[in-house]
Amino acid sequence: MNRRVVITGMGAVTPVGIGVETFWKNLLAGKCGIGPITRFDPTNSRSSLAGEVSDFDPLQYQDFKTASHTDRCGQFALAAAEEAVSQSGVVGTVDPERAAVYLGTGIGGFETTEANCRKLVEKGPRRVSPYFIPMMIANMPAGSIAIKYGFQGQAIPSVTACASGSNAIGEAVRAIRHGYADVIVTGGAEAPITEVGVAGFNSMKALCTSEDPNAASMPFDKRRCGFVIAEGAGILVLEEYERAVKRGAPILGELVGYGTSCDAYHMTAPKPDGTGAALAVRQALQEANWRPGERVYCNAHGTSTSLNDAAETKAIKIAFGEEEARKVVISSTKSETGHMLGAAGAVEAIVCAMTLRDKIVPPTINLLEQDPECDLDYTPNKAREGEFDLAISNSFGFGGHNACVAIRPCK
Amino acid sequence: MDTFQLVQRALAKRVGVEPSEIAPETELMTLGVDSLDSAELLMELEEVLGVEIEVTSKIKTVKDIVVEIDQACKDG
Repeated sequence: MNRRVVITGMGAVTPVGIGVETFWKNLLAGKCGIGPITRFDPTNSRSSLAGEVSDFDPLQYQDFKTASHTDRCGQFALAAAEEAVSQSGVVGTVDPERAAVYLGTGIGGFETTEANCRKLVEKGPRRVSPYFIPMMIANMPAGSIAIKYGFQGQAIPSVTACASGSNAIGEAVRAIRHGYADVIVTGGAEAPITEVGVAGFNSMKALCTSEDPNAASMPFDKRRCGFVIAEGAGILVLEEYERAVKRGAPILGELVGYGTSCDAYHMTAPKPDGTGAALAVRQALQEANWRPGERVYCNAHGTSTSLNDAAETKAIKIAFGEEEARKVVISSTKSETGHMLGAAGAVEAIVCAMTLRDKIVPPTINLLEQDPECDLDYTPNKAREGEFDLAISNSFGFGGHNACVAIRPCK
Repeated sequence: MDTFQLVQRALAKRVGVEPSEIAPETELMTLGVDSLDSAELLMELEEVLGVEIEVTSKIKTVKDIVVEIDQACKDG
């Protein structure tokens, strides 16, 4: 069985806007979603900036009881799912046993974990909440979405650090393609801006310590010095093509390729020659039936770390071949959003679909001094018009996880 | 404030209803309060009252919680 898979709904909760259209408009305008950390007091923190979702009210999307017993990560997932599922109009059209949820998160309920560890230390084990475990476990955002919509097919989390969102989407594509489900709500969510989380990433020297929001997330710039931690969610409703057409669903793009691999090299550092990442990109291009000469947009992983951006540039060159790689139009929207970890790939897949739809490429902002090691076309600082045959989204995570999803305009 | 009022107010806040909608004989299930909620509620009240309250499966109504608390206060 090799069925076609299309996107029929999308939802986004991001530091540059809540709701896909708002997010997209701000992204094209080059809005920077990075600002001072408010989720905790950053006085003692080496990093003082983050991409926070401001003005998020969970009660707009969930009842009081659900919201109070759902970690911020799951709240984002439910909010983005509400937008995506509502746009798709899928509820009531699908056998619940044929509807599934594949959701990525790198960490799960990090705020819940931190709050309960504090309670344990300060007040003892009797004060650890009975909701600590269910709110913290990384599969709960998937479970919560299944509960909300009554989807009884498989509910599967993907936990591959910063590739979680892309792996979830890719695995969902395979599940529909091969007949294990007809409709899948997929994507990723993350809410990692906690004191212990930021401290941990800081100790790894992974985070930028700049105090200037406009000189912090600087993918492919030689001044880059680490990523900026961010939060959010991106959700896509994927559906088998024939049923989507039959019911008159909005068709927002076709998922045509997926590749995934592991560097098998180091816990956190990407393989410097880019071959691990290139394997995932190459697989996705093969599945997408990419041909040299096609017009391609690439939403790069582009984290703004020294190692990633250089290795990813090499990976793109290996996967496409040097000559074709120079024609690929690339941008890293993490320059605007910061790095939403397990949500990043999902939000960036949405960016790919919107780029294909509107024929315009969101920019890599803060790209003033391009690194000679990063010598491709990264769409610096200003959105640019462009019509594409194919869009790919790269995501790479600690553990060496690599994932790439490929989208075409649906014909 | 007697124990019932204390429980009534804590429950009302938790489930988002008016305290007047909660009577001693109100079943927790009808308020959408499950076993995790009861455990969390008792934990919150332990903190306020400074006693240890055991969560048991016997707790079905608001009054059952009141009885457990009064017993704990007497023992404590």
